[in-house]
Amino acid sequence: MTDPYSLTVNGTDHQVVDAWLGESLLYVLRERLGLPGSKAGCEQGECGSCSVIVDGSLECACLILAAAAVGCDITTVEGLQPGRGDFTTVQEAFIAEGAVQCGFCTPGLVVALTDLLARVPHPSDLEVREAISGNLCRCTGYGRILAAAQAAAKAASDE
Amino acid sequence: MSGTVGAPVSRIEGLSKVTGEARYAADFPLAGLAHGWIVQSTIARGRVESVDAGAALQMPGVLAVVTATNAMRLQDVDDGELLVLQDQQVHYRGQTVALVVGDTLEQARAAADGLPVEYQAEPHDVLLSASHPRLFAPDHVNPNLPTDTLTGDVEAGLAGAAVTVDHTYSTPAEHNNPMEPHATTAFWDGDRLTVYDSNQGATRVHQALVRLFGLEDSAVRVVSEHVGGGFGSKGGARSQAVLAAMAARMLGRPIRVVLSRKQLFSLVGYRTPTIQRVRLGSDRGGRLVALDHQVVEQTSTVYEFAEQTAVFSRVMYATPNLSTSHRLVALDVPTPRWMRAPGEAPGSFAVESAMDELAEACGVDPIELRIRNEPVTEPEGGRPFSSRNLIACLREGASRFRWAERDPRPGTRRDGQWLMGTGVAASTYPARSAPSTASVSAQEDGSFIVRLTAADIGTGARTALTQVAADELQVPMDKVEVRIGDSDFGPAMIAGGSMGMASWGWVVVKACRQLIADIDRCGGVPDDGLVARADTADDIAAQADLVRHSFGAQFAEVRVDVDTGEIRVPRLLGVFAAGRIVNAKTARSQLIGGMTMGLSMALFEESLMDAEFGDYLNHDFAGYHIAANADVQRIDATWIDEEDDQLNPLGVKGIGEIGIVGTAAAIANAVYHATGQRQRHLPIRPDRVLSP
Repeated sequence: MTDPYSLTVNGTDHQVVDAWLGESLLYVLRERLGLPGSKAGCEQGECGSCSVIVDGSLECACLILAAAAVGCDITTVEGLQPGRGDFTTVQEAFIAEGAVQCGFCTPGLVVALTDLLARVPHPSDLEVREAISGNLCRCTGYGRILAAAQAAAKAASDE
Repeated sequence: MSGTVGAPVSRIEGLSKVTGEARYAADFPLAGLAHGWIVQSTIARGRVESVDAGAALQMPGVLAVVTATNAMRLQDVDDGELLVLQDQQVHYRGQTVALVVGDTLEQARAAADGLPVEYQAEPHDVLLSASHPRLFAPDHVNPNLPTDTLTGDVEAGLAGAAVTVDHTYSTPAEHNNPMEPHATTAFWDGDRLTVYDSNQGATRVHQALVRLFGLEDSAVRVVSEHVGGGFGSKGGARSQAVLAAMAARMLGRPIRVVLSRKQLFSLVGYRTPTIQRVRLGSDRGGRLVALDHQVVEQTSTVYEFAEQTAVFSRVMYATPNLSTSHRLVALDVPTPRWMRAPGEAPGSFAVESAMDELAEACGVDPIELRIRNEPVTEPEGGRPFSSRNLIACLREGASRFRWAERDPRPGTRRDGQWLMGTGVAASTYPARSAPSTASVSAQEDGSFIVRLTAADIGTGARTALTQVAADELQVPMDKVEVRIGDSDFGPAMIAGGSMGMASWGWVVVKACRQLIADIDRCGGVPDDGLVARADTADDIAAQADLVRHSFGAQFAEVRVDVDTGEIRVPRLLGVFAAGRIVNAKTARSQLIGGMTMGLSMALFEESLMDAEFGDYLNHDFAGYHIAANADVQRIDATWIDEEDDQLNPLGVKGIGEIGIVGTAAAIANAVYHATGQRQRHLPIRPDRVLSP
């Protein structure tokens, strides 16, 4: 067991105690901090279902040791803050455009596109495709996800 | 009130999925939860001689090592894959040989990684071939169809045909790979077992656990509110549910067992590889006089699964002489099962490729060829169709795709290093319903609650069923709550075989109509509410003996890089006749998703068997490529209005599978049109394009 450490997730400090040093950030989020929105789809950084933002950088939580994220500002799907209303423009666009099917890849995609639109408010289709190149979806065929990204960008600029 | 059925209604549970609030089987927090990790065999055939748990049990947090020597005894069932840890035999590499249970998942996993397991290995046999000495004819093929069929005299028909096509096509093993790995969280409350399980239908998991543990129906509850895809791999109970329930019983604690992506390649089924010989004989105008479709495929030694690969040929084209056959060999491999459109998906690749070859041989347009061979009644058996609109789909698609402008000559269109071509293929899938039960309750406040053991694995079933109930009850959708994914609601069909809406929709309509009649009889909803229950078993048994199928037409445009062999697919179009469409938004996504999986099947998906070790060696997402967004360009799906009053009260045929049927053939035919080289083996890898 390692010494207790603290993780800053969605603006809140969480104490992690009695953990093993080898635990991934994904594991700690899901199993220790009660944040199962990030999904474990492959554990090798191929599917992007566990995408989180660490100090402003989009990362696969399965590839980061939790203890290495001490002192970082971590945002998960649970911590995405709406500008107004109950959910963000990306989340709203995913529902309205029909970009959600089984939903297992959805949290990672929502986080990835939130990260993109924070950096690039009016992305081209190619920039959207590059932004979600690390996210696999087995249900939708991606077309509605690309449409949702553009709808979210438009909605954000209309606000 | 105007109806909602047919409208593009947004997914009801969308909000919970985009915010991460939706709870899947591995997401439920439980006090005292412990974790199980599966240890898999490292030989493909033989026996487990010993498992030395001593060191593992000394490791931090390790609670138990469950093996065949100390596992709880299970009652016998017909699916050997569920009789986990009941004996020492090893039937395939990757089979479960132990479950390590720990306070945390990482503790269990660490102990499992070093667990010493000694084997008595035997030589294994893992390679499928058309000349395998142990090929046999199974008693039937999935789900319960004849293994072989014969109408007329195929050999005489071929001998007298003006034009013949005789080729062998193959498709590889493919793994379903839903994004959510299979998972179960199980706990016992006294003698009552509850599991949160990832499946396509809680009823079947319930039935399996009842039998395996020798319990009363009322002693098992299976809850599956949200499921992260299945594509056939979650159609029945899988062994992680049995292991979780067993370990929870043995340890007296809640247990979660989650499979890793790699474990999905051994433990939950896959599409069998197929070797298909197709022989066609026709007159000079392409009118078939004979069709022969012979399939060779594999199963395991644990459970016999025979894919119905050749059934596609039994319904598609008119011919006086028609034969189909399936031969199986039981290898030392994991058990193949359903994968999206089992039968039709690989079967259509072979036959629709062969039809393209026949069109070429006859000098007939491939769409015209299919129209010339349109049957009046079912080619095998002669029963009438309830409805059949293949020609309408072909014509609508031809118009939208601008097929009339196509130059049929292969290998003649070039743009820089790209060769360009287009192709077409036909599609079909059965439209069936299965008995289900449901209840609808009228609440005092004017709202209604529908309860049934349906599953929404991403299809949109929850939303579509809410539309159906709202229309029947003549109230807005927000007055209806549809609760699904709970075996306590009574038996119902699974989300499989494209039978979900055709089964659940039927029983929901019936229950709603019963409730309205009851309300009328009572003169209103009594103070304590009113509940109506329905069961469709008798209605389905009374159906007329008709052939009920969806049909469709798939169009593909490809570009083939002459230097690298890379294939791009700028355009796919699918036009389907699938009865009534309940939700235009979720239905289109289902069809496009199926076509995308068809593109993935055509170009990428292939599980490679390592003959020496007897395992699928590319068993993760780094080695097994499923279509990523960069692989997908423009994909459109549409449908023609089709009314069919011989199906079910809703007139739905089901749309989960037909989108994948024919896609690979359309792409392969387009590759031929682009390059002039026929591709008879999937996937169409760059090396196959460059070295035909």
